[in-house]
Amino acid sequence: MAAAMAIGAGVLTPRAVLAAWPEMAFGAKNMGASLKELFGANAITESDAVTIKVPDIAENGAVVPVAISSSLAGVQSVSILVEGNPTPLAAFFKLGKGAGGSISTRVKMGKTSNVVAVVQANGKLYSARKQVKVTVGGCGG
Amino acid sequence: MGDSIKIRATVSGEGCTVKAIIKHVMETGQRKNVKTGKVIPAHFIKEVTCTHNGNEVLSASWGTAVSVNPYLSFDVHGAKAGDRVVLSWTDNHGQSDSAETLVR
Repeated sequence: MAAAMAIGAGVLTPRAVLAAWPEMAFGAKNMGASLKELFGANAITESDAVTIKVPDIAENGAVVPVAISSSLAGVQSVSILVEGNPTPLAAFFKLGKGAGGSISTRVKMGKTSNVVAVVQANGKLYSARKQVKVTVGGCGG
Repeated sequence: MGDSIKIRATVSGEGCTVKAIIKHVMETGQRKNVKTGKVIPAHFIKEVTCTHNGNEVLSASWGTAVSVNPYLSFDVHGAKAGDRVVLSWTDNHGQSDSAETLVR
């Protein structure tokens, strides 16, 4: 059954194979909806305690380095959203005890847009955003 | 096992920094094969977990927007040289891999 589901996973609407994977959040077409699916609320507070490091200009939208750090205590999760992508949520990191509040990775961007870091700490959502100019998109064919 | 993952954990600050690169196509499901015009099916890593001495320190859910051959770096507080760090991933086809390293 699981294997059949994996093969039959729709191209436009990927179905979750693993129960824990937040399918609705990843399928959401805008940031607000995605955050609502992830956290049950989409009220985010812009905060200086969250730092996002991205390049000003990405020559290749397929590989955009993103580094997020925060000085907040009690960080529960870190999410990366690309506002201009067809589905903004790129990655969601749940942090366990001992994990520092910083994450670095690389994401794809279809076009110039904001990259938003959302840090969940003590049950509240804090964010920082920064625009990246994309000269060649990294999502289409 | 572990062929798809390059992982390194080095002592830094109050713990260690884990850096990993996973070899994976991370296909979005939006690209088309130029010759046939057919959509290339999505094939991407969905779940990544990392443990430090057996305790889960990171569990990530990824979408298709994570780049090809994903790079991941994060800190683990309280880690010291000799500690065991294990990283594993599972993709939407049910394939998986894991690799471990010792903090240096």
